[in-house]
Amino acid sequence: MSTISTRRGNRAEAAAAPSKYQPQDGLLLEVDDLFVEFHTDDGVAKAINGVSFDLRQGETLAILGESGSGKSVTAQAIMGILDMPPAKIPAGQVRYCGHDLLTMPEDERRKTRGPEISMIFQDALSSLNPVFPVGWQIAEMFRKHRGLNKSESLDRAVRLMERVQIPAAKERVKAYPHQFSGGMRQRIMIAMAIALDPAVLIADEPTTALDVTVQAQIMSLLEELQQEREMGLILITHDLGVVADVADKIAVMYAGRIVERADVYDIYARPGHPYTRGLLDSIPRLDQKGQTLSAIGGLPPNLTKIPAGCAFNPRCRMADHVCRTDLPPLREVEPGRESACHFAEEVLRG
Amino acid sequence: MTNAAISATADPSLDAGEPAGEAHSLTSDAWRLLRRRPIFWVSAGLILLFLLMAIAPGLFTNTSPTAAVLKESRATPSTENWFGRDVQGYDIYARTIYGARASIMVGVLATLFTTLLGALLGIVAGFAGGWVDTLISRITDVFFAIPLLLGGILFMSTFQSDVNTSYFVIVMKVVLVLALLGWPSITRLMRSSVLQVKPNDYVQAARALGASPWRIIRQHILPNAMAPVIVVSTINLGVYIAVEATLSYLGIGLTPPAISWGVAISAAQSGLRSAPHMLLFPAMFLSLAVLAFIMLGDAVRDAFDPKTR
Repeated sequence: MSTISTRRGNRAEAAAAPSKYQPQDGLLLEVDDLFVEFHTDDGVAKAINGVSFDLRQGETLAILGESGSGKSVTAQAIMGILDMPPAKIPAGQVRYCGHDLLTMPEDERRKTRGPEISMIFQDALSSLNPVFPVGWQIAEMFRKHRGLNKSESLDRAVRLMERVQIPAAKERVKAYPHQFSGGMRQRIMIAMAIALDPAVLIADEPTTALDVTVQAQIMSLLEELQQEREMGLILITHDLGVVADVADKIAVMYAGRIVERADVYDIYARPGHPYTRGLLDSIPRLDQKGQTLSAIGGLPPNLTKIPAGCAFNPRCRMADHVCRTDLPPLREVEPGRESACHFAEEVLRG
Repeated sequence: MTNAAISATADPSLDAGEPAGEAHSLTSDAWRLLRRRPIFWVSAGLILLFLLMAIAPGLFTNTSPTAAVLKESRATPSTENWFGRDVQGYDIYARTIYGARASIMVGVLATLFTTLLGALLGIVAGFAGGWVDTLISRITDVFFAIPLLLGGILFMSTFQSDVNTSYFVIVMKVVLVLALLGWPSITRLMRSSVLQVKPNDYVQAARALGASPWRIIRQHILPNAMAPVIVVSTINLGVYIAVEATLSYLGIGLTPPAISWGVAISAAQSGLRSAPHMLLFPAMFLSLAVLAFIMLGDAVRDAFDPKTR
């Protein structure tokens, strides 16, 4: 196995110029009151409605939510890979080390993708170019961004493939994506994403397309790499089970808003929002054999017609008339815990 | 976790090791594959032969294609005149060899121009989208509506050649009309290919990993979108050679004294029943050239698609 290199060490090896982006007090990424809309023929779909969060060095933030809750759109907005139009960002800031990415010239912003902020996609088969050997694709990152020559970059690609635990990496650098299994492809995708030693890594449902056994391997690889390189990791998922061991903090999203934010153990032990509680109750548990699995009734709202008040109120068992009129703000309900529910204290008491 | 532990849990098919070696680029991998295909060598050999005929016909025959021996008009093939003689008493073998130049030149140049122009416009339209796409697509539709042969007849009869027009100018006129009317099909094909490739995750992933638009087009869109264009272009090459022959046959493409397969086929129609060899040999060369280019296109297409390996 290749030598373990730190973020600093790896940068020195890559002979890269010191980054002009330096985190202040460990703060890497600040998303501030971000809004994203999609202008479609059916109206304006409000995908994200005022999302704010921070990410520090070495921290793992899990963003949890159902399909259509806006978690992937948040990731794409941070990366700047939304197709505009139809997407539009009417308000908000995404600051990386103090620089607002949204107002940055596109050329400058493009240079942050890869060496500063990087991303892993859900389906690794379609995320790799089918006509080029995988080693060549990883090596390309070094050739284009670091100016290494062909054999140096290929050497680095092999070392990186060994680092993400691809067996017989040296023999397999010239294999094509379709010659790998799903888990191996995701490892290659991870290798490409971390090739330039980014400070922030966004993983958009990195294990959804994989078998359960492989999921665990990929998650532990991500965790290992994150600790070794002190990356800030944003883990986007709909699967509570996947994040439990890896994440430090969890932000639960619903209809384009963060409805609850807390440390991972607090959320599992005592949810502070009815939606989170519904999610936790819908996980099958071994100690409740033979009982009917509870599910959250109803469907997530149509993003072109988000209900007034709390977006969750039509599906909420605790909904009162105040929930249908007033939008609950995300507020601190206990030290280190935030919830956007009028009755958060009641929910916390159980 | 150690490497060994991972290997044990990894997909067993992975351990069927690939032969060791350096990673290759798309073109070098395609070349390695092409080298092993007999169909490639057959078609490439034929094309090389035709190209050689076009460049240096003197290598194949000492007989002048313009030496008419009228008393041996319509002579059948013999040891002296391998392919016989035509109505004018020209040696058909020499005429066929010299005729390759016009046909190959028209085919290759027309294909080159249509493919370059068509692919460029198709990529721009597909990648840029929006009003650029609309503009290019509508212009494409306008040109697409003009039938190739009818447009060719119209163009060639408007800009007529006379006896003083040089051979090269006449050939370029045919090339121009084919390029002018041939690019829309390539543009449409390229545009639809690009639209198919563009939403793929690997294009998104390339953007997320900092690739510039130019590099996305060059590395990700073009290699994945060019297969259909390669096939259609090589088939078109054959079609263009045939269209040149057709125009010449109709008396508005190349005209005597210029020598081409089309001209020869056209001349063969008088006395076809009594002397079919006059038609047989130029037509055979024409078919063989068209076939060779189509086979080459097929082999190249297969070589560039990793999934067929």
